[in-house]
Amino acid sequence: MTVIDPGEESGAVLDVTGLSVEFPTEDGIVRAVRGVGYRLERGESLGIVGESGSGKSVTALAVMGLLPRSARVRGSVRFEGAELLGLSDNQLSDVRGRGIAMVFQDPMTSLNPVYPVGYQIAETLQRHHPDLTKRAARERAVELLGTVGIPSPERRVDAYPHEMSGGMRQRVVIAIAMANDPDVIIADEPTTALDVTVQAQILDALETARAETGAALVLITHDLGVVAGHTDRVAVMYAGRIVETGPVEDIFYAPRMPYTLGLLGSLPRLDREEERLTPITGSPPSLLNLPPGCPFAPRCPLRREVCDSTEPPLHQAGPVGHLSACHFAAELVGAGADQVFDAVGADAEALARFADTAPSTEEDPA
Amino acid sequence: MTAPAALLPPLPGHGGTGEPVLQVRDLVKHFPVLSRGVVRRRVGDVHAVCGVSFDLHENETLGLVGESGSGKTTLARTVLNLERATSGSVRYGGRELTELSRRRMRPLRRDLQIVFQDPYASLDPRISVHEIIAEPLRIHGRYGTRGADEVRELLRLVGLNPEHGNRFAHEFSGGQRQRIGIARALALRPRVIVLDEPVSALDVSIQAGVLNLLMDLQSELGLSFLFVAHDLSVMRHVAGRVAVMYLGRLVEIAPARQLFARPAHPYTQALVSAIPLPDPRKERARKRITVQGDVPSPVRPPSGCRFRTRCPKFAAQLTESERTACVEEVPALADRGSGNPVACHYAESIELL
Repeated sequence: MTVIDPGEESGAVLDVTGLSVEFPTEDGIVRAVRGVGYRLERGESLGIVGESGSGKSVTALAVMGLLPRSARVRGSVRFEGAELLGLSDNQLSDVRGRGIAMVFQDPMTSLNPVYPVGYQIAETLQRHHPDLTKRAARERAVELLGTVGIPSPERRVDAYPHEMSGGMRQRVVIAIAMANDPDVIIADEPTTALDVTVQAQILDALETARAETGAALVLITHDLGVVAGHTDRVAVMYAGRIVETGPVEDIFYAPRMPYTLGLLGSLPRLDREEERLTPITGSPPSLLNLPPGCPFAPRCPLRREVCDSTEPPLHQAGPVGHLSACHFAAELVGAGADQVFDAVGADAEALARFADTAPSTEEDPA
Repeated sequence: MTAPAALLPPLPGHGGTGEPVLQVRDLVKHFPVLSRGVVRRRVGDVHAVCGVSFDLHENETLGLVGESGSGKTTLARTVLNLERATSGSVRYGGRELTELSRRRMRPLRRDLQIVFQDPYASLDPRISVHEIIAEPLRIHGRYGTRGADEVRELLRLVGLNPEHGNRFAHEFSGGQRQRIGIARALALRPRVIVLDEPVSALDVSIQAGVLNLLMDLQSELGLSFLFVAHDLSVMRHVAGRVAVMYLGRLVEIAPARQLFARPAHPYTQALVSAIPLPDPRKERARKRITVQGDVPSPVRPPSGCRFRTRCPKFAAQLTESERTACVEEVPALADRGSGNPVACHYAESIELL
């Protein structure tokens, strides 16, 4: 299936439509991803944000064809017009690395502990360029290690992953990802396991990788700050769906989905003094037997009857390209998080009682 | 019976208002590194905490911030005498804590509580939540006839349903478990609570609720918090004063607002500029100070200033002769004209936000 849909522009390198992933378990079917779609233009960067369990990593794994056999994947993932879903592992291996490369969260598990890092880079190079000599592959590996900011790469090329720090390892993973000049790099929480000063270095390395290869980037993270600085567009995921998507400035300055607004309001900020944070009460729903209606409704201050019965589709909610999956998106125009959400903390009455009452059995040694 | 509450002299420039509740002076904690083999000789030390001094005042939140391996958790545990200090002193209510045995420490545990980072590991999975919260009351002989009511009241206080006391920890979400940990810490009505990364395991929308809870508890109950965290944004929100730690030493201590507006130590500057702001325009327009490499091993920390191996100032701005001081002399934590104590020979405050 290499036919490009004539109705759409052919510019998209990656076009995901109606992607859904289900995992059968003993307790029932877990619907981890429910109809996710996004288009990635050449060289563009898309941030996917969401909290744990929102389905952002599973989406990425489904795109790469890395889910276990038991997973039921439906929908369509097109890379440069060609469908990837349903391809065999062998066929996918031609795409992985050269077409779409991935950077995983934990560099200790994505590197092989029994081979030196240089060997692992050379291995990826030779998979896609079989006529490349060992020596040339090694030279290229050294060069790549230098590009991602590893000091004295000609020495480090023979190091094993355990001899490196977390930040160094993640650089190696990025070097592997950029080795075959991919068109898309998917980075799944690439800095979550790292300290902030190292995070800044890794994000720089990722930017370098993009600049060198011209690859489009899908950056999956739970950190809204990382997305704000590094992506053109943002998709916010909740309970297995994209609930809001748009250009980065629209999402941050004019969110049209209560969940996005709630996330921004719960975030303590370094650059301003906030009196109170506005948490989102409750917790995300179980993806097992999800009730009908909007999955965010039980936590939503705007909830009405329709929210419990109908799950709103993603629809236009602002300037071009800004979509929201909320029935009442229009009501959020100009609203701040503190106007929509309550700044709940301790139970005020219980706290007052607790402050007033002395311990029941006062028996401190005098 | 107890000695009169003799306060140690205050630390110049450290700030803070009200009576000091907990005083820490020159606290050192080293862990031995043993050789392999049958005879495990001591071949070195992990210098986890090296000569840290601070005061925790009444009804104040002192933030302790640093990256992994900076020794902040060890410091917190040593302050509470959960780890034996190698040397130095911790005073609470006129008592020297570092000399006390476990038994003599026990009555003081009522006043000094801790909330741990991992709400999955710090609650006993085999007893009900009611029992988890009742346990400190029982140990200290305070679980009287109204004990059950007290526990229910504590659950309500931290925002949990008091009917859920007979459930087990695994039936609760991460945020709820952390609230259980807070209820347990509050049960004995302590004066000081050490919070060791209390929200780092939680998603942001959940984290905000726990932070609000902690701040409400403090303002209503007059608690003193020693708040350990690696997240500077959280720190800025909750802490009155913030101490920055690097490789076992305090490098800067200042009121939160000043520390973030005008950091003076190169490490603090690097930390502040590494935190991404959730604001696209601001984030893309920022000036950045980046550091090189990773934190060195605390087994063999660099001589002189421990930050010099990664310091952008040392690498780019200092002359060869100026660098001598960084290599040879440990910079003292003292005010060098920036208004707050900084442990850098060439401290200079700059605006980064």
